[in-house]
Amino acid sequence: MRALLLLCLLPLVASASDGGGYVRIPGGEFASVLQYEDGRGPSRVAPFEVMQRPVTNAEFKAFVDKHPAWRRDRVATVFAEDGYLAQWQAPARLAPGEQALQPVTRVSWFAADAYCAAQGARLPRWIEWEYVAAADATRRDARRDPAWRERILAWYGRPSSRALPRAGAGAPNVYGVHDLHGVVWEWVDDYSALLVSSDSRNQGDPDRRQFCGAGALSVGDREQYAVLMRVAMLSALAGSDTTMNLGFRCVRELR
Amino acid sequence: MRLVSLLVLSAVVLATHAMAVPVPVPIPPDSVYQSTATLTDDTSRRFAWRSQRGRPQVVSMFYTSCKFVCPMIVDGGKAIEQSLTSQERARIGVTLISLDPAHDTPQTLARMRRERDLDPARWTLARPEPQDVRVIAGLLGIRYRALADGEFNHTSVLVLLDADGRVLARTERVGGLPDPVFLAAVRRTVAR
Repeated sequence: MRALLLLCLLPLVASASDGGGYVRIPGGEFASVLQYEDGRGPSRVAPFEVMQRPVTNAEFKAFVDKHPAWRRDRVATVFAEDGYLAQWQAPARLAPGEQALQPVTRVSWFAADAYCAAQGARLPRWIEWEYVAAADATRRDARRDPAWRERILAWYGRPSSRALPRAGAGAPNVYGVHDLHGVVWEWVDDYSALLVSSDSRNQGDPDRRQFCGAGALSVGDREQYAVLMRVAMLSALAGSDTTMNLGFRCVRELR
Repeated sequence: MRLVSLLVLSAVVLATHAMAVPVPVPIPPDSVYQSTATLTDDTSRRFAWRSQRGRPQVVSMFYTSCKFVCPMIVDGGKAIEQSLTSQERARIGVTLISLDPAHDTPQTLARMRRERDLDPARWTLARPEPQDVRVIAGLLGIRYRALADGEFNHTSVLVLLDADGRVLARTERVGGLPDPVFLAAVRRTVAR
């Protein structure tokens, strides 16, 4: 009887702990490194919950099993390009070994968005991601500390061919959130907003638009290279793109 | 009376027949109509975006409170229409999807239709559900950002979809003077 009860509970528990479960992030004032011309000082970030670590291959596979339209052999090309989930052994089989516990990568924005929606969650907005990622082990905003900057910057210099660690293996920050730096890049909900300028007249030719968009930003703190690299990378992507180092985590609004 | 019931009967027979005959052709994998997004138009009608399948469309995203670029998107759609023959015109629709569903209510959209005199036979004005805005924008390759003052900045673009929802052409030249390459693509599409 007890075993049966446990069995019934298992699927629930499994889905509730995707991403290592959610932790609550208190709201606060936050000065994004992106200072748009139209912005008015620091933003107010409302409290929310975020996954403790990036979504793993095993977790994403459970989603794909349940929603087979997202299998790599069935996904509509409009939602995901060729390399989508190419690291798996087969469309519904992971490679043996560590892969199950590594962060899922080669996922498109559309796939990540669908995964989070299936959880009753969504992708974090950039400001939410940046807000949580500004913390270190003891401070909510460690960005002024040169030692912290050096540490996160060091990751970007490592070759990307290195095998990914297990999701959640990195030290938690003050909120108890792991792996914001040093493991994978992560999709954000508003990836396509990041370098959009505040001046509509810059919206002509796409290359120029990106360029002018970047120009219309004043970067609040030019020392934040690591975060700016992320912005540059995300803003260059289309929603169907996938890369070897790009994963995601979800956030939930507080009820 | 008898004639009426006979008519009704034959209508029913025809309808069942018509329903039985066509085998639904799957939506192509590279079609934006893979999206299950629903839209609500200026008459409060809710419909699946993919129900526009069957007729080519020139699509863009906009918001009604926009003063500068969005009127030019409407101008762009009108300029395309005016460059077509009436026969060609009848075979293509123009769909404008709101980036700002919180403010673009059916009433607001209806006002825009009146003010800009947009023929309901060809022009669809609609707002998506809030969670679908970025999905639709992503499928159309439109980047946007909500500005602090409630305005939006966004890619101003006309996207040509074939009858199955595949992107055939796009132009960032909006306004009264149509992009000749884009216009040629529209002509080829309606000629099929």
